[in-house]
Amino acid sequence: MCNSCAFYHFAAVFVSFNHLLHGFEKTGGIERAKSEGKELTKEEKQRLRKEKKQQKKNKEKKDDRASQESGREKQGVSSAASAPQPSAQSAAQKAPSAVPAPVPVPASEAPAPAPAPADKPAKSKAELKAERRARQEAERASKQGKKGDPGQPGAAGKPKAPASELQPVVKRLPEHIQVDNPDVLKKLAKKLERQQTPGQNSAKKIPLRLDYGYKVSLFSHLHQYSRKAPLTQQLSIPSTVIHPAIVRLGLQYSQGIVAGSNARSVALLHAFRQVIRDYTTPPNEELSRDLVNRLKPYISFLNQCRPLSASMGNAIKYIKKEISNIPSQCKEEEAKSKLLHCIEWYIKEKIILAAKAIAESSIEKISDGDVILIYGCSSLVNHILCEAFEKSRKFRVIVVDSRPRLEGREALRRLVQRGISCTYVLISAVSYILPEVSKVFLGAHALLANGYVMSRVGTSQIALVAKAFNVPVLVCCETYKFCERVQTDSFVSNELDDPDDLIVTRKGRTQLENWQQEPSLGLLNLVYDVTPPDFVDLVITELGMIPCTSVPVVLRVKNVDQ
Amino acid sequence: MPGPDKETDLTERVEAFLSDLKRGGSGAGPLRGSAETARETTALLRKITAQARWSSAGDLMEIIRKEGRRMTAAQPSETTVGNMIRRVLKIIREEYARSRGSSEEADQQESLHKLLTSGGLSEENFRQHFAPLKANVIEAINELLTELEGTTDNISMQALEHIHSNEVIMTIGRSRTVEAFLGDAARKRKFHVIVAECAPFCQGHEMATNLSKAGIETTVIADAAIFAVMSRVNKVIIGTQTVLANGGLRAVNGTHTLALAAKHHSTPLIVCAPMFKLSPQFPNEEDTFHKFVSPHEVLPFTEGEILSKVNVHCPVFDYVPPELITLFISNIGGHAPSYIYRLMSELYHPEDHEL
Repeated sequence: MCNSCAFYHFAAVFVSFNHLLHGFEKTGGIERAKSEGKELTKEEKQRLRKEKKQQKKNKEKKDDRASQESGREKQGVSSAASAPQPSAQSAAQKAPSAVPAPVPVPASEAPAPAPAPADKPAKSKAELKAERRARQEAERASKQGKKGDPGQPGAAGKPKAPASELQPVVKRLPEHIQVDNPDVLKKLAKKLERQQTPGQNSAKKIPLRLDYGYKVSLFSHLHQYSRKAPLTQQLSIPSTVIHPAIVRLGLQYSQGIVAGSNARSVALLHAFRQVIRDYTTPPNEELSRDLVNRLKPYISFLNQCRPLSASMGNAIKYIKKEISNIPSQCKEEEAKSKLLHCIEWYIKEKIILAAKAIAESSIEKISDGDVILIYGCSSLVNHILCEAFEKSRKFRVIVVDSRPRLEGREALRRLVQRGISCTYVLISAVSYILPEVSKVFLGAHALLANGYVMSRVGTSQIALVAKAFNVPVLVCCETYKFCERVQTDSFVSNELDDPDDLIVTRKGRTQLENWQQEPSLGLLNLVYDVTPPDFVDLVITELGMIPCTSVPVVLRVKNVDQ
Repeated sequence: MPGPDKETDLTERVEAFLSDLKRGGSGAGPLRGSAETARETTALLRKITAQARWSSAGDLMEIIRKEGRRMTAAQPSETTVGNMIRRVLKIIREEYARSRGSSEEADQQESLHKLLTSGGLSEENFRQHFAPLKANVIEAINELLTELEGTTDNISMQALEHIHSNEVIMTIGRSRTVEAFLGDAARKRKFHVIVAECAPFCQGHEMATNLSKAGIETTVIADAAIFAVMSRVNKVIIGTQTVLANGGLRAVNGTHTLALAAKHHSTPLIVCAPMFKLSPQFPNEEDTFHKFVSPHEVLPFTEGEILSKVNVHCPVFDYVPPELITLFISNIGGHAPSYIYRLMSELYHPEDHEL
């Protein structure tokens, strides 16, 4: 009893930090205090003080958690210190994987009944306090549960809780679309600081990439980076936090060497394979938990180099799920080979075989004498056209391209090498060339749950003009790019590329050379845009040919399967 | 002798003008705006009227038609030349009719009655000689020149009626008329302009720098982002190369996409076009409508091997149908596209539609 009282005093001093941790002991202390009457009036006063502070805290949740974390770190309580970290990190990581974040409220409700009976309080104040403690304890327990199971979209918790389907989804907005909110930026900076191997000095943390140039006010909520200042310049050598394969991958992303959603996902998976091969479980740690924690700073780093795509997010979710599903008695070598095999299976099934299936269905849609219009460089569409050409379909292709990326030239080279007859125009000439076209094939970066197609900027324009000329528009997309997000316009969530790419020198004059000096001049280089479903006639996936509006059905079927 | 000298001087001027037209169209010579071309054409026609040898209106019209055919053949896409020639021909007809004494009103009305009963001016062969005709015609051409000088200002004066504060306005490429229009509005109102750069010539860059120097918040976007950004745009204000007889436009390429995007979002599309751009042509002739320039603007020679195996197109103009246009703003006020045919009948005589 004396011990618990001592603890109680100790805790009362650090009043805003500790009581969560010592919930159980304190509950016992209160009851004993109440039963012993006036002996502990001083403690009662302190308790009341704490109650009031807690009520205040419940209003300011965010600052609360941050201060708790720093308080705990000061105390050096290791087990609790890791608990809030995965919650913040897993929340931030879950957002890029574009799945509705696990619902903290219903998940906590599920384990809530469990500790509640243990706390049967006798009197009202203690009862309230105990219930509050229980709720916080449950939240902490659920967070620890999440830490072990970060890939699960809360589905484990949901079916247990009654009437879970209609719970409001408390989504945490991804950081990369909240750049105009200084609190979010501070949180990100702190998170990157924390993602270092404990015991290292701060020089070896993941650097925070700074925005570049004047941002158009409509897009002040997005990052805008310069290609000339890659994140790797700010890393110290050697970087012990980040695996060199990941550093290389991050550089390739930020410089645009690896571009296109399939290429990025495959590169990511290959890099993770290397990471897994080089991984050794430290003593006293479980592979399933530690490896996931290892991957987190890598994912933050890659996110800083270039925001993750929907396909990469889905791949990461899959890997994390596989890692956390490894049974604890599995030996390390066996576990690693199993993971490598899983990754290979994912690449083979979701990307390569899916492309084959899509090509087979698409070839039925291509008839002899067709004039097919494509935009930019989509690996899937190029594959389809090459396959159709192999199967001796007679068609010709019009490649539409746009500044500043000029990706269409790459597609043009690949098609011409195969011997397909091609025409090449820029996107401003599309209404000139469209009367000749019989079909339009477009690739997609992601398919959103409300039927909108997210793709390279300019795709929606082509679909619009094709619709005006009554030309059918077909979108080809593998199912691993389907994502649960919804979006109606191209502003709320997008990527801003380096604005200097728009500058061009014609006839020896560069008009926009000094755009930074002009106070009222801004350059906007968007990367993605969303196409409304009424412009798209058909989506060809490996599951078949579906209309745009059937995307949520496919997602539901996939979730049930998993 | 003054006579032959004047003639050679005149022919020199005409030849110089023709070669300028030919060079300007290919992009090699100095790029001149349509207003400049119109003024130069009119000045040249005035010189022809003053110095060439003619005795009756018919002779003068023949001379002008001949020179006009040569000028339009030098650069078919530069329609202002043909428009000015037709204006001058109409002036000559009017002055002749006035000199003859017939009332102007009866001549101008193209009523069904007139068509049925008289056959009208087609019986006229303009052979009568009138002494003051030369002076009258030159005076009228001077008036036309004054009108041309003031077109841009007249259009800019209407700017405040159409632009309110805090608007987002979108435009494409570079138009001096629109630049003056927006610059005038910017003196009193604050608004934001988004300029689509209009590849491959990227004239939008110059427009953006000029607008930002005038203190307007400007953003440059790539052509591919037109539809993506259109949902935030309140108005689209564009210039054009030619206004066609049906109310459609022949504008810089990319304008049709812009017009479709504006229609999709129900954003008004306003065209700032002075009257000298109105041309009696219709867009039906597919092969003469489009003008192409060197494809190396699109796919440069540095691309190497694939160049020989690929067809590359670089059209300069786009056709925009009149259904997509909301309003024309010209130096004589604002009009709906359906009114253009009426304006045309006031500016040009039907027999001059074919030079």
